[in-house]
Amino acid sequence: MKTKTPWLFILFWLFVSFLTLFPIYWLFVISVKPAVELFSTPEVLLTKVYWQNYIDVLNDATLRRYMMNSLIISSCNALLCTLLGFLACYALSRFDLGGKESIFFWTITNRMAPPAVFLLPLFLLLTQVYKIGDFSLADTRTGMILVYCTFNLPFAIWTLRPTVDGIPKELDEAAYVDGASPFKVITEVVFPLARPGLAVTLILTWVFAWNEYLLAATLTNFNARTLTTGLSEYVTTTGTEWGIMAAISVFTLIPALIVFSLVQRHIVAGLTFGAVKG
Amino acid sequence: MQSKTLGWLLLAPTLIILFFFGVVPFLYVLWVSFHQWNPFAADPGMSFNWATNYRQVVFDAQFMASLGVTAAFVFFAVVSELIVGYLLAQAFMKDFPGKAIFRTIHTLPLIMAPIIVGSIWKLMTTPSIGIIPHLLHNWFGYDLNIGQSAAAAFIVTIIMDVWHWTPLVTLTLIAALVSLPPDPFEQAQIDGANKRQIFWHITLPMIRPAILATVFIRLMDALRTVDEVLMLTGGGPGSATRYVGVHIYKEVFPRTNYGYGSAISVIVLYLTIVACWLLYVSLIAPRTSKKG
Repeated sequence: MKTKTPWLFILFWLFVSFLTLFPIYWLFVISVKPAVELFSTPEVLLTKVYWQNYIDVLNDATLRRYMMNSLIISSCNALLCTLLGFLACYALSRFDLGGKESIFFWTITNRMAPPAVFLLPLFLLLTQVYKIGDFSLADTRTGMILVYCTFNLPFAIWTLRPTVDGIPKELDEAAYVDGASPFKVITEVVFPLARPGLAVTLILTWVFAWNEYLLAATLTNFNARTLTTGLSEYVTTTGTEWGIMAAISVFTLIPALIVFSLVQRHIVAGLTFGAVKG
Repeated sequence: MQSKTLGWLLLAPTLIILFFFGVVPFLYVLWVSFHQWNPFAADPGMSFNWATNYRQVVFDAQFMASLGVTAAFVFFAVVSELIVGYLLAQAFMKDFPGKAIFRTIHTLPLIMAPIIVGSIWKLMTTPSIGIIPHLLHNWFGYDLNIGQSAAAAFIVTIIMDVWHWTPLVTLTLIAALVSLPPDPFEQAQIDGANKRQIFWHITLPMIRPAILATVFIRLMDALRTVDEVLMLTGGGPGSATRYVGVHIYKEVFPRTNYGYGSAISVIVLYLTIVACWLLYVSLIAPRTSKKG
């Protein structure tokens, strides 16, 4: 069956893609303009590229520290959540634990709640309750790594459950019969088979932690501040450093784009908790 | 039994972390909400004051206004995303060259940090920097200023949300459309049904579960929207875009009136749970219970 030439159709998609990409392009345009040129007539096409904003960001010791914090917090958090989520899924999948389906559903409720309502209690708990002597979790990387578990750990459990359930029980039973310890079964039988699922979970939890802003903005004030909070520091009532702000945004965006290319097809299943298959 | 103990041991770290950072905050905020507590007031201590905080919340005009704009924002954003997302999903059902590339591009906004989306749209719409006010001025003589016009700010936040989240709707609806069996459509065509009849009587009822699941997810997320709006408008002008999350962040938190802030947090949490639970029970649960 021959249909009409799809040129009109492609034109339509080019238009939609333009609408999607243009705002991102505009971010880049602003990031490579010197401050004095910003307030002249906006130009869509770039005539010359000015990298000073990026150099300024990289030379700024505070922003470098924020970047380091972001890297450490999101990497540790992603590793922790993927590991604990994997162990929890193994427990939920292989053991006959009372009320385990309720526990499974309960974990996800932690993620459904609006984060804004937990700002105040988490702030009070971190600064006043969760402390031993002089050591408190407030404004520490450890504190943020643990706080981010509230949304990433449920996510890891929900995305890893099908993976672990899908690994045949007979394999671990056979290993147990051969005299393997539970530790050996998990590390040498289940883990290698779950690796693709673990990789996707690791990457997506990393992105969620990297992208987080609200909790970082309220629960940290100096030591553990992340790159996303640095972004809002350039928007002040006295004026905004647009170029710097755009350059930080680009820095924040790049890892997400790399990740995007790695796990593109898993993104929808991830964002919808598998309610809809992508 | 040994093996059961091992199971609980494997589950324990997860339960402990979620208990201390998920359950305890919830119980704590509930407890504080029944107290008068402002560390910077004349009496910095904590004293039990029954439901005074809750009574105050109900008569707080600003909070009620915030609930109103939140409802309007969620409604318009989710409805627009559904319509645009459905049309795009239908357009993806045909085969055309470069389909995979277009699909990849269309998915791009999903992975972006909300705060980055906020800053991008700020750069797009701020007068004298952004391209949009410039073009609107040149083409229609309209001066867009989201810092001054409440309606403009409200609409821009919706456009931003649509830009950010329509891809999710599109991709979920594609998944639903792909899985539809072809027979009812062929039968309807033989019976001489027109396109509109096919849409209303066949397509729509068949993808209804997918649409409802999408609405559920989007509703939950739209209610949580804070970062991007905070970045774009800061809740203003006035309180035009002061959605509930933004309200808590801007008003409740810095005021150090912890008792009152806790009461608002509890009410917002309760409203969200009720809204999501009602949706879940009426829309999604019947489907899953049939399966099980």
